[in-house]
Amino acid sequence: MSAPPPLVEVTNLVKHYPGERGLFGLGPPRGVIRAVDGVSFTIGAGETLGLVGESGCGKSTVGRTILRLVEPTAGQVGFDGRDVFALTGPELRGLRRKMQIVFQDPYSSLNPRMTVRQTLREPLQIHRLASGDDANRRVSALLEEVGLDAAFADSYPHELSGGQRQRVGIARALSVEPAFLVCDEPVSALDVSVQAQVLNLLADLREKRRLTYLFIAHDLAVVKHVADRVAVMYLGKIVELAPAPVLYDAPRHPYTRSLLSAVPVPNPTAQRQRIVLQGDVPSPANPPPGCPFHPRCPHPKKSERCRSEVPALREVAPRQLAACHYAELPM
Amino acid sequence: MTPRTWLALLAALTVAIAAVALLRRRAARTPAGREFFRHPPAAPGLAVLGFFAIVAIGARLVAPYHPAAQLDIVGLQNQAPSWAHPLGTDTFSRDTWSRLVFGARISLAVGALAMLVAVTVGSIVGAMAGYFRRWVDAVLMRTVDVGLAIPRLFLLLMIAALWEGLPLPVLVLLIGLTGWFGTSRLVRAEVLSVRERDFVAAARALGAGPARVIFRHVLPNAAAPIIVSAALGIGNVLLLEAGLSFLGIGVQPPLPSWGNMIGDGWRQLAVAPWATLFPGLAIAVVVMALNAVGDALRDALDPRREVT
Repeated sequence: MSAPPPLVEVTNLVKHYPGERGLFGLGPPRGVIRAVDGVSFTIGAGETLGLVGESGCGKSTVGRTILRLVEPTAGQVGFDGRDVFALTGPELRGLRRKMQIVFQDPYSSLNPRMTVRQTLREPLQIHRLASGDDANRRVSALLEEVGLDAAFADSYPHELSGGQRQRVGIARALSVEPAFLVCDEPVSALDVSVQAQVLNLLADLREKRRLTYLFIAHDLAVVKHVADRVAVMYLGKIVELAPAPVLYDAPRHPYTRSLLSAVPVPNPTAQRQRIVLQGDVPSPANPPPGCPFHPRCPHPKKSERCRSEVPALREVAPRQLAACHYAELPM
Repeated sequence: MTPRTWLALLAALTVAIAAVALLRRRAARTPAGREFFRHPPAAPGLAVLGFFAIVAIGARLVAPYHPAAQLDIVGLQNQAPSWAHPLGTDTFSRDTWSRLVFGARISLAVGALAMLVAVTVGSIVGAMAGYFRRWVDAVLMRTVDVGLAIPRLFLLLMIAALWEGLPLPVLVLLIGLTGWFGTSRLVRAEVLSVRERDFVAAARALGAGPARVIFRHVLPNAAAPIIVSAALGIGNVLLLEAGLSFLGIGVQPPLPSWGNMIGDGWRQLAVAPWATLFPGLAIAVVVMALNAVGDALRDALDPRREVT
């Protein structure tokens, strides 16, 4: 079986946030924040790529840059064969129909001054997909599809629960019938009981609508259930990228290994080795030289090379990429 | 003053108080409404504004005389308040009450319209600066800095000097176009925070253009400080118009405004204090009412309360 052709192709994506600028917003910027520092991956049509990392590692920025919500500093994003960063005006608007986003915080992702109906009708209006009664029918159909009663259409966001709001956010993303959905920590802000419902909904929608997901999360356990392949980010770089079963069974990067060792196992008697990382994530304004992970790396073979030479993301096993000089050695 | 005008006056007062009572009962249903009326001065302030608004609109019914009518230049000069002239007459034998009523029309209209101009310009400039950031922000905000650094009164004096008898619409525009700087800063600050919220990103991801994002998503969620600053700002405009009219470059006689009534009357302050006192009192009461309502609005529209 051959892999599906990639729908999304991210090549060497870089996003640096310049620091403050001088008078009139001109002059040289000071203190660059390297939020995303050379990220490459592909997502096949119908595939779900999980993107995992700690807060501030740049995973959300990757998602938003692909959607052109954040302008990139460098790199390329191809979507269905088109160069996303080269599009402008109507072409860009046409592309926006094809890729949508579901946000983390359902309390900030809906306009508090608009009813659910207004929120869901707006995209139909922008893309001239439907109007009048036809639009209302589509609103009802969308609400039903995400598991909400059509009677919610005339509610304001503050009248809904977190889970209901998140469903409205998903309905809004689906309203333009996209092929690709960036799920930016779609369940992190929800109650645990609601998390599973929303995850199931996203899985059902993927089947029904043949969607492709970039699923961003800081929780490896959540990603395990939804992702076909998983990319782990640390300080703006991908440190490991592998099919989900491989990554969870045989992680090769020390960072992935320590993250997995922190995932709770539902067996109180299981003996396992916890790898507890020392220190905090360094500031992306001042990343360490060499391997970005070296100051916290628990790998026994850590050497001078880690301090000076940035490890490339290379294939360490079939279909498994890791950015570690000593990925093949046991820990 | 005829019984009919007394009756009209009484009716205006009743309607104003009844309207506020009704509004209060309806407002009790929403948290914002309850918060608004929790301020003790809010209800009386609203009643005062309502009363003056009704009087201004129904000026013809409430005022016994034409505001510019010189009733009897020999016999009715500088008359003290009486049943016939409840607020006395001025040095040209005009009825002070009639002038005060028609003056309310001019003064309140100038205040409200000039504030509308200022808030509109200030909101658009502030929203553009806050939303587009970068050079748009830099250029607009440095312009605002310059605007804030120039004494408004002198600027207005200079521009007014270009006209012989300033037309009223020009006065409104002048006051409005020199009064938006503060508002634009306020709106910019609010827009800077609203634009970072995810529903703005969602709208952009859905293909909404900047105009739609600003007017449908950003500004409606930045409205609270705009409304409050408008309510507080009308008071300032009222005072400014009074000052300009007192100096003789605001509302031109024979049109009455509260400011030029004071300007006309102050020379007779010793013989006919009522010609100056009552318009001054009207200004003070209305500005106080506006401040009370503005303060109550500020609490009622506090976005922090919305979150829960």
